[in-house]
Amino acid sequence: MTRTQMTRPDVVERPRTPHRRTPEGPRAAGRRRETLAGYLFLTPWCVGVLLLTLGPMLVSLYLAFTDYNLFDTPRWIGLRNFRDMFADDRWWHSVRVTLEYVLVGTPLKLAAALGVALLLVRPRRGQGFYRSAFYAPSLIGASVSIGIVWRSVFQDDAVVDRAMRFVGWDAGGWVGDPDWSLPTLVTLTVWQFGAPMVIFLAGLKQVPRELYEAAEVDGAGVWRRFRSITLPMISPVLFFNLLLELIHSFQVFTSAVVLGGSGGGAGGPADSLLVYTWYLYEQGFRNLRMGYASAMAWMLMLGIGLLTAVLFRTQRGWVHYEEGTDAR
Amino acid sequence: MTPAVTARRRTMRTVAWHAGALALLAVILYPVVWLVGASFKPGDEIVGSLELLPGRPISDNYRRLTRGIADIPVSTFFTNSLVLALGSVVGVLVSCSAAAYAFARIRFAGRNLLFAVMISTLLLPFQVLIIPQYVLFQKLDLINTYVPLLLGKYLAADAFFVFLMVQFMRNLPRELDEAARIDGCGHPRIFWSIVLPLCRPALITSAIFTFIWSWNDFIGPLLYLNEPDKYTVSLGLKMFIDQDSVADYGGMVAMSLVALLPVLLFFLAFQRHLVEGAATSGLKG
Repeated sequence: MTRTQMTRPDVVERPRTPHRRTPEGPRAAGRRRETLAGYLFLTPWCVGVLLLTLGPMLVSLYLAFTDYNLFDTPRWIGLRNFRDMFADDRWWHSVRVTLEYVLVGTPLKLAAALGVALLLVRPRRGQGFYRSAFYAPSLIGASVSIGIVWRSVFQDDAVVDRAMRFVGWDAGGWVGDPDWSLPTLVTLTVWQFGAPMVIFLAGLKQVPRELYEAAEVDGAGVWRRFRSITLPMISPVLFFNLLLELIHSFQVFTSAVVLGGSGGGAGGPADSLLVYTWYLYEQGFRNLRMGYASAMAWMLMLGIGLLTAVLFRTQRGWVHYEEGTDAR
Repeated sequence: MTPAVTARRRTMRTVAWHAGALALLAVILYPVVWLVGASFKPGDEIVGSLELLPGRPISDNYRRLTRGIADIPVSTFFTNSLVLALGSVVGVLVSCSAAAYAFARIRFAGRNLLFAVMISTLLLPFQVLIIPQYVLFQKLDLINTYVPLLLGKYLAADAFFVFLMVQFMRNLPRELDEAARIDGCGHPRIFWSIVLPLCRPALITSAIFTFIWSWNDFIGPLLYLNEPDKYTVSLGLKMFIDQDSVADYGGMVAMSLVALLPVLLFFLAFQRHLVEGAATSGLKG
């Protein structure tokens, strides 16, 4: 605003505006008018944040310390929910299942994304087509339909099982086998590598070609160029993808429910697909333990927050932000 | 190295590249092609059959769909999903573009703080909100209506789209606003007649993503809808799984494919918008 004021005082001093007569002078009036306009445009968002985000967060924090079944008044029980949680074997199990899913699935997905992005980065005929085609699974991967496909293809004696047996790998029932249901779910997330791939591609295009040419002149091989040029140059993009994918995969729900669901339940064989969000849903909406479920939600948020903080801490060690290479 | 050798080498590399890309494409597309093929196979052959496409395609599965699920016509689920998806698109376009305009083009007290709040809601796990929001809508007697599923869209709760539009609006030349202001336009006019038309690409991207996300949404309808005639396609499909009978396998697979069609069509029509939207919004984070 100030810059506009100095160069074009006429902009804020429209003769018809009533604010002109206010004692603070036209400058303050103009600023006030801007603020008013800003909040007018932001009204829906502000109402939304208060009503659907910040308010609910406070309520959820309160409920985490209560015993609440949706119908009676919440009863304050202090830290009981959290003590119960730590003593709850199924809670620990759901934490293990989710962590395994996140810690195995995310690196595999990002490795696939980066690998294919490196394949696609050189301009070649059909590049745009492949990019779109590989991206498509990200749009449909979390749908119930694709869950049903996975569930069918990975059944005992179905296509994948028989193909695997053909190459001498008899894993058993896949979705129906407690040991292999989670890996099946992981393949479904890896299949959706397209979204991070597209982001990697945009990042790779920003790496100056001269760097590679200079390195080649110096006799650096493919691996060396990747380690010393590509990786450092795209480390901000890698960091961003890692953060996004980690947070995203902690929230896995639909795929796990469809893969592991039968007869109205979920969790898969021997609870091997009991992901955190399903367990939270089960406690909150099936058993009506809303207080306990709120406590679970806050534990999840603390966990994700902690992980994010650790990631940001390590950033200095491996993420290189250089002037001029900023994506903007 | 002679030029001939270099040229041959280059051709070899191109061939290898295409072979690799095509092999990958086959793996990526396999599940979708499988689904298409399976939907034309008899129900009891779907899981066991190794052939990708049926030897003798049948349309029984699709005919089975016309009988509906649990006495509800399948078209009901599709109508419900469509109403929700279109309602969401309108809401997101209106509320998110207004919020984005404020963040990108108006200087007001508290803007940076509110912007930071908006960005942090991007990273907030939704699990923290589902219980208190459910309690709220339950107290307001809005369970089993579409209000809980739509309200957030009209209140710009999808920060991702606000962010996408802010990025876009920031890159529009400022001189446009200033010229318009000299001509006596206020913010509503500038927003409506100048900024919005120029934001078309961002609006289209947001609209398609909103449609697809709403169409695929599962946990929202699962939480709030409890009468089958209000169910969306996702919940209709879930009913198939819960019945768990082989007799309906064909119907389930056929409906899975029909449920994917709108998303696939959108993708084919707007792939450039989608891929580029995904790439830039990510990078600029």
